[in-house]
Amino acid sequence: MKKSILNQPLLFIGGSIVVFIALSALLAPLIAPYDPAMINVRDILLPPSWEHWCGTDTLGRDVLSRMLYGARVSLAVGFVAVGISLLVGIVLGSIAGHYGGSVDASLMRVTDMVLCFPTFFLILAVIAFLEPSIWNIMIVIGLTSWMGVTRLVRAEFLSLRKREFIMAAESLGISSFQLIWRYMLPNAMGPVIVSAVLGVAGAVLVESGLSFLGLGVQPPDPSWGNMLTEGKDNIQIAWWLSVYPGLAILITVLGYNLLGEGLRDRYDPKSSGR
Amino acid sequence: MKQYALKRLFGMIPLLLGITIISFGMMHLAPGEPSVVGNEFNPKVSADDIERLRAHYGLDKPLYEQYWNWLKRLAILDFGTSFSSDGRPVFDKVVERLPVTLWINILAMLLILVIAIPIGVASAVRQNSWFDRGMTIFVFIGFAIPSFWLGLLLMISLGVNLNLLPVSGIHDYSWQQMGFWEQQLDLLKHLILPVFVSAIGGLAGMSRFMRSGMLDVIRSDYVTTARAMGVSEQMIHYRLALKNALLPIITLLGLSIPGLIGGSVIVEQLFSIPGMGLLFYEAVLSRDYPLVMGITVIGAILTLLGNLLADLSYAWADPRVHHGAGS
Repeated sequence: MKKSILNQPLLFIGGSIVVFIALSALLAPLIAPYDPAMINVRDILLPPSWEHWCGTDTLGRDVLSRMLYGARVSLAVGFVAVGISLLVGIVLGSIAGHYGGSVDASLMRVTDMVLCFPTFFLILAVIAFLEPSIWNIMIVIGLTSWMGVTRLVRAEFLSLRKREFIMAAESLGISSFQLIWRYMLPNAMGPVIVSAVLGVAGAVLVESGLSFLGLGVQPPDPSWGNMLTEGKDNIQIAWWLSVYPGLAILITVLGYNLLGEGLRDRYDPKSSGR
Repeated sequence: MKQYALKRLFGMIPLLLGITIISFGMMHLAPGEPSVVGNEFNPKVSADDIERLRAHYGLDKPLYEQYWNWLKRLAILDFGTSFSSDGRPVFDKVVERLPVTLWINILAMLLILVIAIPIGVASAVRQNSWFDRGMTIFVFIGFAIPSFWLGLLLMISLGVNLNLLPVSGIHDYSWQQMGFWEQQLDLLKHLILPVFVSAIGGLAGMSRFMRSGMLDVIRSDYVTTARAMGVSEQMIHYRLALKNALLPIITLLGLSIPGLIGGSVIVEQLFSIPGMGLLFYEAVLSRDYPLVMGITVIGAILTLLGNLLADLSYAWADPRVHHGAGS
């Protein structure tokens, strides 16, 4: 009873935020009031006003326009990184869960090993050895976040293997690949989708952190993280450089988290209200 | 119990080896060598000089040999010497930076426990009350807020505008002239913001976890039985349920260690705190292989130790674990 009142709002609010941010990113060239790269020395560090809703930065560029273009970066990194982690996680998890035995044991051992690393250290180290660029960030975030998906897929497969329809398909002599692709994976997708949605939120946070440290998206390309670096440098005089880009990160991450929680409640009613 | 502890301790060895292999492989597959970087276009540095530099740092040997040499030295806590101009041993550099980082993380963990457990319990006991809903909103925001942004906002409001707290470093300029207690107070004032910023994510996670743990226990059969037998609600919540819900917290604490250690890079960079995180950041920027590798390995070892400690305390608190340890 409580479920319909308490849980659907999560899905609705989260979904709306996600759609809103995605639209702003897609339509950035149409709705941005100014060119995000246009330097204007007469309008340096203007506080928010009707002409510049979120103020201007140290080069006189419009902060709102830069944020809209920054949304593209955040979402691109989020989606591609999660795509990579899903690919690796599903492949490894399927192999471990389907074959079991020593294959499973050794794959899980490797997963535990990677889990022991402070992931952010790992990412930072790799990023600094490669040149920091948007593609490298996507790849590195993706390659350091597959462990959760692997464990999830493996656990689902292990329980699926004991189900009758899987045993039936197996006894009919279907190939392993067919079995995994057509019967096991579709039935394991629920929790994987939830973790993918939550994963986008995580990747957006990591990207902003890296860019904030100067090891992510490089200026002059706008990203919410590197805009905050400028905010930090001008902390004494220009609060708007710090407040708005951070708010954008917060709202985006919140949206994906709410959507993920909402989806989880939907596919797994047992976990509702927690 | 002792047997279980030993078993766990030995189980760490393959994990440790794996960790060293991963970090070593990673560093050496990446392009950009310190003997070459910055010297490519320097006319005074000949190809012979670069070769000599490579030989000096052992970079000309095959990879497996480099790894084996590194591992042998690792066994006696020799992490090599830093590539930076001071040329000091990595281990010394890390050890002098480690205490600040450990203190901030330990204080953050204590803060998480002290705040999150009461919040979680109160939310569960008064499920769906206004308090519970308010806390749910706090939890979602706590999960979503970038810690460095929260840090920036606190720096602007508490540091710059209200001038209440210092925003960088761990000592005031006048540290040398202060008396002992003044120094401690000064240190404390410098640590408030970094500790709070480090704790925020864990705070949200832990209170959520505590709430669902309490709800599980409150709904369990033995609590229903106790209630049917007329045990008071007070007794049920704070004696029966709390004790059982606290157990999984130990594991979660262990799991939160990598996040805290990794997060110290951002927090220390933001607040200019001379800890391991900032050292790592600087090492990464200057491609100081031995230092980066040393800190990565030390960070991973700290994580492993933290997890081991968490598992052992869990086994100590819950006798079911080590009695059934064979399975």
